Amino acid sequence: MLMFTLRRLSLFFFTMVLLSILTFSLRYFFPGDMLINISGQINANAAELKQLATDYKIHESIFNQYWQYLTNIFQGNLGLSMASQLPIKNEISTLLPATIELSIMALTIAMLFGIPLGFIAAIYHRKKIDNVILTFAIVGHSIPVFWLGLLVILMFSIQLAWFPSAGNISLLFEIPQQTGFLFIDILLSDNPYKWQAFINALSHIVLPASVIALAPATVFIRLARSSMMEVLETSYIQAAKTKGLSFIQIIYHHAIRNALIKMIRHIGLQFANLITFAMITEVIFSWPGIGRWLIISIGQRDYTAIQNGLLVLSVFIFVVHIITDFIYALLNPLARGRRYDA
Amino acid sequence: MMLARLLNHHVVSTLLSINLLLMLSACAPQDNEQSERSIHDNSVIYCAEGSPETFNPQLVTSGTTIDATSKQLYDRLLAFNPKDDSLIPALAKSWHITRDGKMITFYLRKDVEFNHTDYFTPSRKLNADDVIFSFNRILDKHHPYHHVSGGKYPFFQTIKFAQLVKEVEKINDYTIRFKLNHADSSFLTNLATDFSVILSAEYAEHLTKIKQQHLLDTMPIGTGPYKLKEFRSGSFIRFYRNEHYWAHPVKIAQLVYDITPINTGRLTKLLAKECDVISYPIAHKKITEHADFTLDSVTSFNVGYLGFNVTKPPFDNILVRKAISHAINFDTIINIIYGDQAQLATSLLPESSWAHSKDKITRKYSLKLAKSLLDVAGYKQGFTMDLWAMPIQRAYNPNALKMAKLIQADLQHINIKVNIISYEWNTFLRRLAAGEHDAVLLGWSADQPDPDNFFTPLLSCAARFTGGNRSFWCNKQYDDLLAKALATTNLKQRKKYYQQALKIIDNELPLIPIAHSKRYQARIKTVQGKILQPFGGIDFSNVSKLPAQTLLTKTNAKNNLDESKK
Repeated sequence: MLMFTLRRLSLFFFTMVLLSILTFSLRYFFPGDMLINISGQINANAAELKQLATDYKIHESIFNQYWQYLTNIFQGNLGLSMASQLPIKNEISTLLPATIELSIMALTIAMLFGIPLGFIAAIYHRKKIDNVILTFAIVGHSIPVFWLGLLVILMFSIQLAWFPSAGNISLLFEIPQQTGFLFIDILLSDNPYKWQAFINALSHIVLPASVIALAPATVFIRLARSSMMEVLETSYIQAAKTKGLSFIQIIYHHAIRNALIKMIRHIGLQFANLITFAMITEVIFSWPGIGRWLIISIGQRDYTAIQNGLLVLSVFIFVVHIITDFIYALLNPLARGRRYDA
Repeated sequence: MMLARLLNHHVVSTLLSINLLLMLSACAPQDNEQSERSIHDNSVIYCAEGSPETFNPQLVTSGTTIDATSKQLYDRLLAFNPKDDSLIPALAKSWHITRDGKMITFYLRKDVEFNHTDYFTPSRKLNADDVIFSFNRILDKHHPYHHVSGGKYPFFQTIKFAQLVKEVEKINDYTIRFKLNHADSSFLTNLATDFSVILSAEYAEHLTKIKQQHLLDTMPIGTGPYKLKEFRSGSFIRFYRNEHYWAHPVKIAQLVYDITPINTGRLTKLLAKECDVISYPIAHKKITEHADFTLDSVTSFNVGYLGFNVTKPPFDNILVRKAISHAINFDTIINIIYGDQAQLATSLLPESSWAHSKDKITRKYSLKLAKSLLDVAGYKQGFTMDLWAMPIQRAYNPNALKMAKLIQADLQHINIKVNIISYEWNTFLRRLAAGEHDAVLLGWSADQPDPDNFFTPLLSCAARFTGGNRSFWCNKQYDDLLAKALATTNLKQRKKYYQQALKIIDNELPLIPIAHSKRYQARIKTVQGKILQPFGGIDFSNVSKLPAQTLLTKTNAKNNLDESKK
């Protein structure tokens, strides 16, 4: 396990270095004054610009500049957003939790529906149920997420009026920000309408999370199906059968567990995909998350925001990957010994 | 039989457990249910089209900012009576004008509290110092707050406020006197507009002490029905009610502006009931069809018109101008250009103005009449003219180029060939002022309800050089009538003069009024009270809300009615 941990950590380190070099180099590609692009201080006067130039060491060697860039990141000095003139660190600290909340909810929905459906399809392999589930998976996978989002709003917000169409909570509830995670903040707040706020926030997350969940769910269906089928073919299942265990016993005690372990790594891989869907869905549902912020920043040519948003989002996705890898390794001793998987 | 019993057993147990769950969930948050009802019934969410630039209306003319600030956060010395737009007391309980009209004394109310907010708690009530501070900030270039936030006061600069007011003098703590350089009957109405708000001098002192002067305009303290709680640009504004509001208790506890710049977004939020009121709605039919929503509209104080340059032949001939007025199908224009969101103008004044004449002047669409008039004028073969169409959108003319094309097609029938001309807006205005045009599509929005605000700037002789008289029409009789109207305070008499002036315009036709556009707003039926105003910003001070249940029962009642009809 030690070797595995070290390997993962070194991989993490070098990926981070590469990523930081990439985002660092972006400053040379954006049009306009580099100093303004990286600091976000669009109203700075000559004296302030001079100070900024020394702060960012832009007249020194590239290596010094890069080192200063890393120092700034670790000190949390990400500059100002060119559009809102607020510190990017503050913006990200409210936006990223909202996206994490939405993604976790979507992932949960995708797993809750996708994996059992996949198992059912594998158990009823080549039967009607299998066909129905597979058809659903293919249709679900091919629906564009922006179209689905609009459709869902039209259906459940406008026609049926079951769920709200925009934002993460009704503006009437005034929830002070503490952790940035809305659900936790609601529970921490001393608002007399706490539970209503909680239910209101839940009703806001249902539609966007379901829209994001659809595509990963269909992937999970197919993965769960094939991994279950693989497990059902193995010799220990055959052995269990010959021992005379009932079908239900075999599925519950032997097949599901082993099939699930194979799934965990794929869940991590799906996460990057999920974030992409989340970015688009955030725009459609006006979700105050980092994806929507990044897309708006691109439209506004807010280079400071683009540069740092990209960095934060990539780090976040990579951290999730590493974590799922660790969980996988903890649960599956076989993976730890393997040498050449990355 | 067995199966049925089993099933029954199952059903019963399921029902029981559901019941239990419901009871459990109902037990704990009982009070909360009560409060849930109250938070929605006490609050209004308004979906606005944009963020305000500042929270002080003195500094802007933008409608979005005025909507968000003026009538919510502040009060003025005077207000307009919603019934007839006459002036009524507000922060000033009464006022007195000397006979020469040059000295105006205001007596202030003594019970006016400023907003108590998280960021400032006032220690005293409104007094003369606040009024003097508010106006001196605009008038006095050396005032410590004059240049805070840029030093530009566009409304006051257009009305030449600094040239008009000689001095604002404090008589005692609750009496102030304005000394004017010359009499001006529109002075009082200007003090009642959305821009002439009263700020807190005590708050300004406090800000000077902590060296945060700029907060005066971004973290506002006013006397209005609401106070600012939180503002996030591009996202929302949260207001709480001012518990000490002097005029009347405010019924709404919380007012939230949900900033939604996209038209369809606002419509969706209304239909999904996330917003109680939305600004500038689209899809009017969809809203009126729905039983839970109403569409409000108000005819704004504006006019879109077709003006002739009467100094250029053939438009110096009244008959030609009249012929054109009969040859254009104005109903089609209203329909196509305004999408029926405007009222066909029968005169310069909108119907809601008190000086508007009840006996309607009708304009007949008749090519035959038009042709015979041209015939008499000596233009049987017709002629060629340049029609200038303004390049930008305004409420009074959302698409001047398209309108020009419609007019072009109409005038072809009477052998007039129209060339459409348009420049970039500033060039357009400059060349227009130089009189290069034959005819022009233009308009006018009033800032205040005084009818003089239409007559003088648009058609008086003086306005040929300084104002908006782009017809270059000058009529001595008309100018005399306007002067007489301004000199008298007798409303009936004034109305008489203005109606005579309207008659002159109708006879001479230096311009053809086309439309008074409307402003729209949609809301859920539970929201009660007038929000839209014919001029100036929206007003939430008199808004109240019925519980949502009334909405449901209403719809149910309607459904029942429908069913019983069947």
